[in-house]
Amino acid sequence: MSTELVTMNIGPIHPSTHGVFRMRVTFDGETIIDAEPIIGYLHRGSEKLAEERTYTQIVTLTDRMDYTASMTNNQAYILSVEKLAGIKPAERGVWLRMIAAELQRIAAHSVAIGFLINDLGAWHTPLLYLLREREKILELFEMMCGARITNSYLRPGGVFMDAPDEFWPSLNRFLDEMPERLNDIENLLTDNEIIVSRTQNVAVLNKEDAINASITGPMLRASGVDWDLRHRNPYDFYDKVSFRRPLGTVGDNNDRYLVRLQEIRESLKIIEQCLDLIEPGPIKPEEVPFLVRPGEGDSYVPIEAPKGELGFYLVSDGGISPFRCHVRAPSLMNLTLLRDMVIGYKIADLFVTFGSVDVNMGEVDR
Amino acid sequence: MGPARDSFLFEIVYCHLSKDPSCDSVRYINLSFIPVELNWLSFSLTAFFWIFAFVNAALISVLMLIWGERRLIGKFQARLGPNRWGPLGLFTPIADAIKVMFKEDVEPTLSDKLIYVLAPILMVVPVFMIFPVIPYGAKSFLTNISVGVVFVLAITSINSLSVLMAGWASGNRFAIIGGIRAVAMLLSYEIPMGISAAGVVIIAGSLSLSEVVEAQIIPNAIFQPLGFLVFLVASTAELNRSPFDITEAESELVAGYMTDYSSMKFGLFYLGEFMATIASSAVIVTFYLSGWRGPSFLPIPGEFWFFAKWIGVIAIFIWFRATFPRLRIDQIMSLAWKGLFELSLINILVIALTMAIWPDPTSTQLLFMTGINWVVFLGSVYIFGKILSPNLTGNKIDKRKVIYGLD
Repeated sequence: MSTELVTMNIGPIHPSTHGVFRMRVTFDGETIIDAEPIIGYLHRGSEKLAEERTYTQIVTLTDRMDYTASMTNNQAYILSVEKLAGIKPAERGVWLRMIAAELQRIAAHSVAIGFLINDLGAWHTPLLYLLREREKILELFEMMCGARITNSYLRPGGVFMDAPDEFWPSLNRFLDEMPERLNDIENLLTDNEIIVSRTQNVAVLNKEDAINASITGPMLRASGVDWDLRHRNPYDFYDKVSFRRPLGTVGDNNDRYLVRLQEIRESLKIIEQCLDLIEPGPIKPEEVPFLVRPGEGDSYVPIEAPKGELGFYLVSDGGISPFRCHVRAPSLMNLTLLRDMVIGYKIADLFVTFGSVDVNMGEVDR
Repeated sequence: MGPARDSFLFEIVYCHLSKDPSCDSVRYINLSFIPVELNWLSFSLTAFFWIFAFVNAALISVLMLIWGERRLIGKFQARLGPNRWGPLGLFTPIADAIKVMFKEDVEPTLSDKLIYVLAPILMVVPVFMIFPVIPYGAKSFLTNISVGVVFVLAITSINSLSVLMAGWASGNRFAIIGGIRAVAMLLSYEIPMGISAAGVVIIAGSLSLSEVVEAQIIPNAIFQPLGFLVFLVASTAELNRSPFDITEAESELVAGYMTDYSSMKFGLFYLGEFMATIASSAVIVTFYLSGWRGPSFLPIPGEFWFFAKWIGVIAIFIWFRATFPRLRIDQIMSLAWKGLFELSLINILVIALTMAIWPDPTSTQLLFMTGINWVVFLGSVYIFGKILSPNLTGNKIDKRKVIYGLD
């Protein structure tokens, strides 16, 4: 039966485009035959703005890139600055930022899973369960640095303030409660017949395509590639902690969900090890000046952000602000294969796949 | 002459209006002023009174349902739900209604004006017609039409036309996809729904809703669980409620067929949907949960049992909505045609056979028939669940776990 093709603009204003993402999709009935992602609606020129600011001020810009994972954005940027300026960070500061980064990973994955299930049509219930856990993390962040989402917690050489005394019992309580909450979530979702039938073998991404498109993060691991920068190229003190890397077997939407869920458990283990290893001491070396002035040169330190490999390429001409700043944004890279993944599937699968890629438009457009 | 004189609701108003000597015994206060010669006036006034009462009761119950749904889903989602305006947030839907009325009424330029306006009306009006035929108690019904079951099934299927009209007239692609999905789904689910309702009719031996209730010595939900399951799932689909809410599908189609509706036209769709939930729950209570019948040793009027079961069924719909993710369109269609259709046929076959063997069952035979039905229910659901589940869903399914990277 021949049908007329329908082209639809989905977004930039749409309930499930996770921000201002736009797709020009051609449907044959309910089947997708073409999908063209159009980005740029949230472009704020962060990279250009960075050229006008001092190295410390840029930290606030990084917060607003992937606003569900500010801590890891800070971390990627600070590591790059430290390499550029040759700063050796204080040990306690590094442990603190590792704790912050892993908490952030849990928060970001909670958001990713929650909104993925929301895209599947569950009426906010699993999302709210997960956001409740994220809320506890945001409260921990508030204790650490006074801010919940745009933290700007890290500084070249460490962090800007030590966590207060009441932070540690709260963190311990969170670590105790979280595995149980995760069990609840798994009981509700993992073997749910509808979720399984909606996500398994949909939008399969095989290893070769994933590597060729330089896809990183949980999405790459869901395709079965054992690539985690915390393990392959340890930064901070990730070489001193041990954790497992969950990998998917097929590379479909269900695997991307499962991998994220298990990564939350691994992050909890990392935080527990950090708590054992952290020792009192300075949070930032005394000799690091407020106005960092690196010599000429460039640096790039990739980290494993919740969404994939995140790195800041900084070029310095010896001034107080970078000559050029470029962000390797995992959201943007992971989005590149969306078209190939969804063609041939149904309208409903488009949004589930988009949710499972887990992009943040603040990071895609910067 | 005299419609519905066996109805208590009709009688009590009619007798206080008319000087009809035949109802002296029902008259509590002697206020009647209309002479017997003007009986047509008494009848009309009674009818107008009850139309007014039922329409308003339906509207108020929708407000209550909106509040109840939001409160209950709030509890499901570990949050409070509305609690600001009025005690327990009870006035929130009133505020909502006022807000909706004062919104700007936008009509898209590309819309087909007449159909665009008619669609929301067609959504609401038929649903009102279900309430008068439901028996709320042994004598508390407004009219006991002899083809009640068919009437109810026919009325509930009108809303697919409304959805298609809305989707088509909006001139919006989200809306048209929603409308087409609705027609495909609603028509498919009509069939298992009708066939499983036939099982109810066979037991009752009548299409009248009152007799359907009276025939349920054992509630049909227990007597024929397979039919109940099919009917419950099919009504959820008919109501466009989760997990079958593909016509609205917030995360896909924005608001589906009502994307381009605003102000009170949107309000009417909203109203129609919630009222359909209430009406369908009443139908389920009547068909399968033995309506107003309750434990006879308790001195509680039947109306109480009816309302208690009614609220219970509505709560089940809300529970569905809070729990299930949405099915995909092809999965919904396979569920209707490869699952529920066959199950409803099995149900009607078993019911018809057992009724043919024991046309006038004693209570022991009734229990025996219930046993047969349960065996068939468990067996067929198991078989359909195990063998057909992978085919129902369209994809290959396996039990999956993550593997871990080796060091």
